[in-house]
Amino acid sequence: MMKPGTYFMEGNTACAEGAIAAGCTFFAGYPITPASEILERMAKRFPEFHGSYLQMEDELASITAILGASWAGRKAMTATSGPGFSLMMENYGLGLMTETPCVIVNVMRGGPSTGLPTKVAQGDVNQTRWGTHGDVGVVVYVPSSPQEMFDLTIKAFNTSEKYRLPVVVLSDEMVSHMTEKVDIPKKEDIEIVERKKPEEPPERSLPFCPDEDLVPPMANAGEGYSVHVTGLTHDEKGHPSIDEETQNKLVTRLIDKIRKNADDILEYEEYMVQDADIIVVAYGSVYRAAREAVEIARDKGIKAGLLRPITIWPFPEDRIYDLAKNGTDNFLVAEINFGQIVFEVERCTGGAANTYLAPRMGGNIHTPEEIVDRMEAIEEGKIPDFKE
Amino acid sequence: MSEDEKKELLASGHRMCAGCGEGTAMRTILNEAGPNSIATVATGCLEVTTTAFPQTAWEIPLIHAAFENAASVAAGIESALKQMDKKGETNILSFAGDGGTFDIGFQALSGMFERKHNVTHICLDNEAYMNTGIQRCSSTPYGASTTTSPKGKYSIGEDRPKKPIARIASAHDIPYAATACIGYINDLKKKVNKALEADGPAFLHVFAPCPTGWRHGSSDTIELAKLAVETGVFVLWEAEDGNICDLNVTYKPKERKPVEEYLKKQRRFAHLTEEHIEKIQKEVDEKCEEYGF
Repeated sequence: MMKPGTYFMEGNTACAEGAIAAGCTFFAGYPITPASEILERMAKRFPEFHGSYLQMEDELASITAILGASWAGRKAMTATSGPGFSLMMENYGLGLMTETPCVIVNVMRGGPSTGLPTKVAQGDVNQTRWGTHGDVGVVVYVPSSPQEMFDLTIKAFNTSEKYRLPVVVLSDEMVSHMTEKVDIPKKEDIEIVERKKPEEPPERSLPFCPDEDLVPPMANAGEGYSVHVTGLTHDEKGHPSIDEETQNKLVTRLIDKIRKNADDILEYEEYMVQDADIIVVAYGSVYRAAREAVEIARDKGIKAGLLRPITIWPFPEDRIYDLAKNGTDNFLVAEINFGQIVFEVERCTGGAANTYLAPRMGGNIHTPEEIVDRMEAIEEGKIPDFKE
Repeated sequence: MSEDEKKELLASGHRMCAGCGEGTAMRTILNEAGPNSIATVATGCLEVTTTAFPQTAWEIPLIHAAFENAASVAAGIESALKQMDKKGETNILSFAGDGGTFDIGFQALSGMFERKHNVTHICLDNEAYMNTGIQRCSSTPYGASTTTSPKGKYSIGEDRPKKPIARIASAHDIPYAATACIGYINDLKKKVNKALEADGPAFLHVFAPCPTGWRHGSSDTIELAKLAVETGVFVLWEAEDGNICDLNVTYKPKERKPVEEYLKKQRRFAHLTEEHIEKIQKEVDEKCEEYGF
């Protein structure tokens, strides 16, 4: 990894360095704006320590190559943007079904389709949750700065190893292309988690039999254990078993693995929420404008606060319910889409507070002033609900 | 000449880089195809530089698809026109760069060939992902430095040879496959016409230097295109009905120039040592022997 110290670094570069610090030695990807700098950094850095940089023929190949590399025992990553992420959806599901640790970075740009390749958006939030077919439990980190591109990429690797699943780092064009101060800590100060290994001897091992934390230990291919990996519904031996009972047991565990460990995985940040009448919910690059907006609103006498999900999945649902029950009247979700997380917030309030949206279609982030204007309009009762 | 014939079908004022080889290729190809043509174009330099809102350089109907599917969209257009009995003499052109042909677009291309659609797929090859910032591709030649195959202490740049895409295309037993180059316009024109006249799918691999990615002077584009052929780095040939064992080399230089003349004009090869250049020369010699010159 890089020499510890303070650097002036671009978000995408910090992401690549975070991966290297986490122990990533395998990268497979396909060029796409605005994520290409991650590939370029990996291609430049990996030869220094015999890492494998593979440039694949498309994103389907990129994600499946990292699934293969993970089963061969490497920490593996790919990076892409919306169009490539859409192509990856089937194999994102394969990774979740086969419980394969790896990291997928999606640097969001304007969509749908080719959209705005060089400009910011946050339209892929629900795709990370619901984009692949079938029921899944997922973990998605949303960085708001180059520093977090470094820190959260390490966390994403740790979570992927600990809970055995592909973890998404959901950046956006602005965070990824922003250059800012990044502190690289000493190696011994970085927590690194490795996948747990089976303790049973190979002849008694059940490769998909979970421990109490619902996560099965993982033997890599070539370590003497039976490794039968399939996207078909499978039993604890890993063998396909196409029946209702096995499906129920497996899919329930895959969802519970995240749901019941959510307290361990969940991260969010709060700012002046204690006495807040109105709480702005914002993530990624928009968080930066929202924080300023809250400060301006406070100066104007509005009791404003801020909640920033750092893991957008799992979502801080209990916390939002608590805040709604305990005095916050209104939630305002500022996001660069036509309303995705706003539905989650509305659900979590349980009707105990009103939920409003400050949408943007992509191309730029909100200004603090437009968020403040929205807050003022809400306080004055000028907006009936978030669909206005 | 009628008014129609005089009209350029790729209008001037597009946003290609100065000296871009694709401009010359596109102007020639569209003017040969004529106004009774429909085009699909994959994401890439061509799409970005000719369609920036609120302008378009296209004087024929155009669908910009995604990165991977220009040939599939073209197959859809062709089938629908046939179904409605409206195909007539209309040319269906599918355009993609080397990335959209060699890599991500290959599956769509192979399917279009196999189903025998009357579509001409044209690959504009500038030997890397130039639109996203010069990343390597399976079209990138041995020794080229790109942003994802950077030269350095541990690397000479791209360490694998270029994929023989036109031979692979021809191996689908399609009626017509050819390589062409913007240094040889008459040869390119002939091949466009043959491709369009073919009864079924056709493939044109058009070599187009890129000053931005190859890092050569913008006034050297045509000279480099010619040098690629004169040195034997890029061979001009055509094959009918998948007959790659008996392909027709359409231009043989009287005396082949050393590859160094081609390589030394481009900064993407500037780091290569004599040893590397010898290796490239040897490979080119072997290839030319295969092609019979």
